[in-house]
Amino acid sequence: MSVPSPVRSLDELRCLAKRLRCHVVRMITAAKSGHPGGSLSAAELITALYFGGVLRHDPAAPRDPNRDRFIMSKGHAVPILYAALAEAGYFPVEQLLTLRKLGSPLQGHPSKADMPIMEASTGSLGQGLSVGIGLALAAKLDGADYRTYVMVGDGEAEEGQVWEAAMSAAARKLDNLVCILDYNKCQLDGPICEILNWEPVPDKWAAFGWHVIEVDGHDLAAVLAAFADAKTVTGKPVCLVAHTVKGEGVSFMAGNNEWHGKAPTPEECAAAVCELA
Amino acid sequence: MQLGKATREAYGEALAALGAEMPELVVLDADLSKSTMSKKFADKFPDRFFNMGIAEANMVGVAAGLAAGGKIPFASSFASFLICKGFDQLRMAVAYQGENAKFCGTHAGISIGEDGVSQQGIEDVALACTLNGFVVLVPADEHEMRAAVRAAAHHHGPVYLRAGRPKAPVVYPGGKDVFTIGKADTVRDGKDVTIIACGLMTGAALEAAEALAAQGISARVLNMASVKPLDDDAVRNAARQTGALVVAEEHIAHGGLGSLVAMTVAAAVPVPVEFVNMGNRYAESGTPEELLAKYGLTAADIAAAAKRAMARK
Ligand SMILES: Cc1ncc(C[n+]2csc(CCOP(=O)(O)OP(=O)(O)O)c2C)c(N)n1
Ligand SMILES: [Mg+2]
Repeated sequence: MSVPSPVRSLDELRCLAKRLRCHVVRMITAAKSGHPGGSLSAAELITALYFGGVLRHDPAAPRDPNRDRFIMSKGHAVPILYAALAEAGYFPVEQLLTLRKLGSPLQGHPSKADMPIMEASTGSLGQGLSVGIGLALAAKLDGADYRTYVMVGDGEAEEGQVWEAAMSAAARKLDNLVCILDYNKCQLDGPICEILNWEPVPDKWAAFGWHVIEVDGHDLAAVLAAFADAKTVTGKPVCLVAHTVKGEGVSFMAGNNEWHGKAPTPEECAAAVCELA
Repeated sequence: MQLGKATREAYGEALAALGAEMPELVVLDADLSKSTMSKKFADKFPDRFFNMGIAEANMVGVAAGLAAGGKIPFASSFASFLICKGFDQLRMAVAYQGENAKFCGTHAGISIGEDGVSQQGIEDVALACTLNGFVVLVPADEHEMRAAVRAAAHHHGPVYLRAGRPKAPVVYPGGKDVFTIGKADTVRDGKDVTIIACGLMTGAALEAAEALAAQGISARVLNMASVKPLDDDAVRNAARQTGALVVAEEHIAHGGLGSLVAMTVAAAVPVPVEFVNMGNRYAESGTPEELLAKYGLTAADIAAAAKRAMARK
């Protein structure tokens, strides 16, 4: 049976967020390729989901039909998810260092084919929210009370499919669906404001019929409160607009979009790990 | 073989060079301009460059409109996203009325490596070839890519160019000035078997031919960068003159160069053909070298296929 994960103190959660960041940096360094920035910006959000009692999940019963679903739609940020799953006990922590290696289930982007606990295969941006709608509809059809959470990037939200999904989730009144927008203000080629500048971001989701909750995505207490809030909303899907900093937690990566998709050198890794210890 | 620049780098360089000669040339990208190297054009001609954000379908439609407005647009993204996300737009807004728009899918094949399946464009050539009226070009090295971009710009009608991520072996050490759409190059002559290849596989085919020569087998290598229109004459001549063919491509089995060559051969000169491709399957994360080896795309795989084809004569 999937049960809410044991609730930890805020201090414990903050420690865990650091540990996940450490894993991310080490994994990407060992892989010699990957995307640190978007993993690090999501560290508190993922920590809250998996260890803060937000997601109903059980590593001993990973296929439990009543588990809450989490989809990492911005698939390039999967290292932070792998780190959380390993720390939660879904697979050994040592396996994290096989990221992106031939034969590893820890594919460069989430692969449900190679790792069935991924709720969707992603990496081609824009697709996860639609799959999340399907899961949320299935839950309603079955009278099941599991909830579906989808993490979307702010650059990713430039894909038209995201807005097709936004319309259909609202039309279906999917109050069992939460979109978590990692609003780190950067995409691959640079800052969002220099490329598509799709502000005002929260207003757009609201105009599409979503209940919008804005939160500081690095303030764990606030993030937990926001997720708790989301569970009380009825008749509408919830978009949690999480204000974050790309690369947060490592001084030389924070706010520097050069670290969108670049692996640290072993020296840079050591420096980052030292900061996070 | 000596490694040259990646074909995507040559793509960016060629655009930047052509920009000065062709004022109507405009370039679009979908938030991958640093990777596709269209940034080389953007840096020189910022007013004629449009970063359309992570919205490939819209980008293809906009390119069609720019073409309709008299511009010569080149739009790029990874092959997987450009072709898969933009396919309906490529069909309706571009191919249907033959708009003069050009598209470049980079990071094609499995040699992109560690990113894995979502980023690996492995069916793009097949899909592009189904677009009626499209020219589909898969250059083998940096020199050929530069010439192909120029040819695409001067060709009136839609073109799809395929580029790779890794440094590509130099197939034209003396450079290549002119690219003729619909023409294959015999990059090595031979009489026992012909290897027809494109993209990264042409370099591997030359290596295979060298290895076969050491075993007394004389292999011709046809670089078929013009996948569509295919150089049917060159294929028929190879079939007649060498009696056995191998087709090598970094693509799934269905619908690519192998399928097109097989149609030509079956219709005119039925000889044994062996196919070197990744099969009809998805690959995975790994280094480019590991993946090319695991999915059967090495010079050794091509040489073995050549022997199989000859044995069936
Ligand atoms: C359809 C598609 N187009 C392009 C890419 C290449 N790409 C990978 S990450 C990225 C930027 C994503 O930005 P964002 O969603 O904001 O992610 P984050 O800032 O959290 O890393 C791009 C363009 C892709 N993976 N999928
Ligand atoms: Mg972002």
